Amino acid sequence: MMEATWQTLATWFGPTWPAVWVLLKIIALLIPLMLAVAYLTFAERKVIGYMQVRIGPNRVGPKGWLQPIADALKLLFKEVIFPTQANKGLYVIGPIMALTPALLAWVAIPFGENTWIANLNAGVLFVLAVTSLEVYGVIIAGWASNSKYPFLGAMRASAQMVSYEVAMGFGLISVLLVAGSLNFIDIVHSQAQGRFAEMGLGFLSWNWLPLLPLAVVYFISGVAETNRAPFDVVEGESEIVAGHMVEYSGMAFALFFLAEYANMILVSFLTSIFFFGGWLSPVGFLPDGLHWLLIKAAVFLFLFLWFRATFPRFRYDHIMRLGWKVFVPITLIWLFVVTVWLLSPLSIWR
Amino acid sequence: MVENYFPVFVFLVVALLFSMAPLLLGRLLGPSRPDPEKLSPYECGFEPFEDARIRFDVRYYLIAILFILFDLEIAFLFPWAVVFKDMIAEGAHAFYVFGTVMVFLAVLVIGYIVEWKNGALDWE
Repeated sequence: MMEATWQTLATWFGPTWPAVWVLLKIIALLIPLMLAVAYLTFAERKVIGYMQVRIGPNRVGPKGWLQPIADALKLLFKEVIFPTQANKGLYVIGPIMALTPALLAWVAIPFGENTWIANLNAGVLFVLAVTSLEVYGVIIAGWASNSKYPFLGAMRASAQMVSYEVAMGFGLISVLLVAGSLNFIDIVHSQAQGRFAEMGLGFLSWNWLPLLPLAVVYFISGVAETNRAPFDVVEGESEIVAGHMVEYSGMAFALFFLAEYANMILVSFLTSIFFFGGWLSPVGFLPDGLHWLLIKAAVFLFLFLWFRATFPRFRYDHIMRLGWKVFVPITLIWLFVVTVWLLSPLSIWR
Repeated sequence: MVENYFPVFVFLVVALLFSMAPLLLGRLLGPSRPDPEKLSPYECGFEPFEDARIRFDVRYYLIAILFILFDLEIAFLFPWAVVFKDMIAEGAHAFYVFGTVMVFLAVLVIGYIVEWKNGALDWE
């Protein structure tokens, strides 16, 4: 039935069919992603609400379920302010530079054995390169606003983001060492091998166990990279109001928000793929599938929210110390350990 | 191989449009009532004073330089990490695949220790 429908559509569009097909796949990714972003903001308010013994938003729609829609509509009808002192062109480019890479990175993420938009053989490199571009959105926004809080916020944000990118990158080298590939699907496959996987205890052969320090460093760096609590000095409202977003209003502000939440979801997916076996089932008797990837990502997203409700904000010098003096040495030492492990007869990755 | 990147370009265009559309919609649907006070830089209600492009701490600059060094290092190690297992399996001598990179890493680590001792990583 489905096959026949695709066939008819393919004949309809003729030579433009590949482009249309890609476009359909992109829409099939973007709509759930945007819904996930919207409902992540709702989940955040609910989860933090319950953690603080409140009930969170419950007025708009049944049990508050239309709250994110109402938020989006409200922002849509708010004035977009262009401050007189701002550099107009750069001021507009800022939010666009923040959201575009946050969305673009998703093109390389696989959701299953055959479910992907682009199966790049250098997928990890692509995602790393694209997510690095996000820092430009922050810097451009902070600079173009021509105001003191955004400027200071942008300086802090960019220094913090690049510092944790180093720790993330060094952590990933060990993942690549044991997987022997830059392709996401190969990285997931490499985690399905080993003694435990043959015994039907797949979750013990995933990367998180042999690379435990790196899995922890990677996820915490991801939290710092997305400027989320407890590393949210960028928008420490008690010090610099909202950092680089101070001068933005309405939809321009919403774009930064979308980018931040899309990045949170991205980091959760990447952690699941690199260290927790992606769509692989944790036990042998249950089939693999997309639902496992979604469950794992949901757990990490919950951790993001839990962190925000639990930890007080780090001081800026502590953040930089954690990144450069704790995470970088840990990843370097573990890189050495993994290399020696791979060379030794005890290697579990043959 | 290149056709694998075709969806990436399509996605780039879609993502750009997707980022610009809300800005345009917001501009069209939202009100526009400019006011000199509203459009002045936000400084917690005070009159904005001095230029916003102030001098900033040189340590941010230092972090940027260190980042370039370390990120380059990562970029160099990526290809090595990808072929490491294959080269071992093909029976390459451990010195070539392990020793050379360890020398490379040692140079970086010495530099890292020097930075640490010089206080380039301190923020007090």
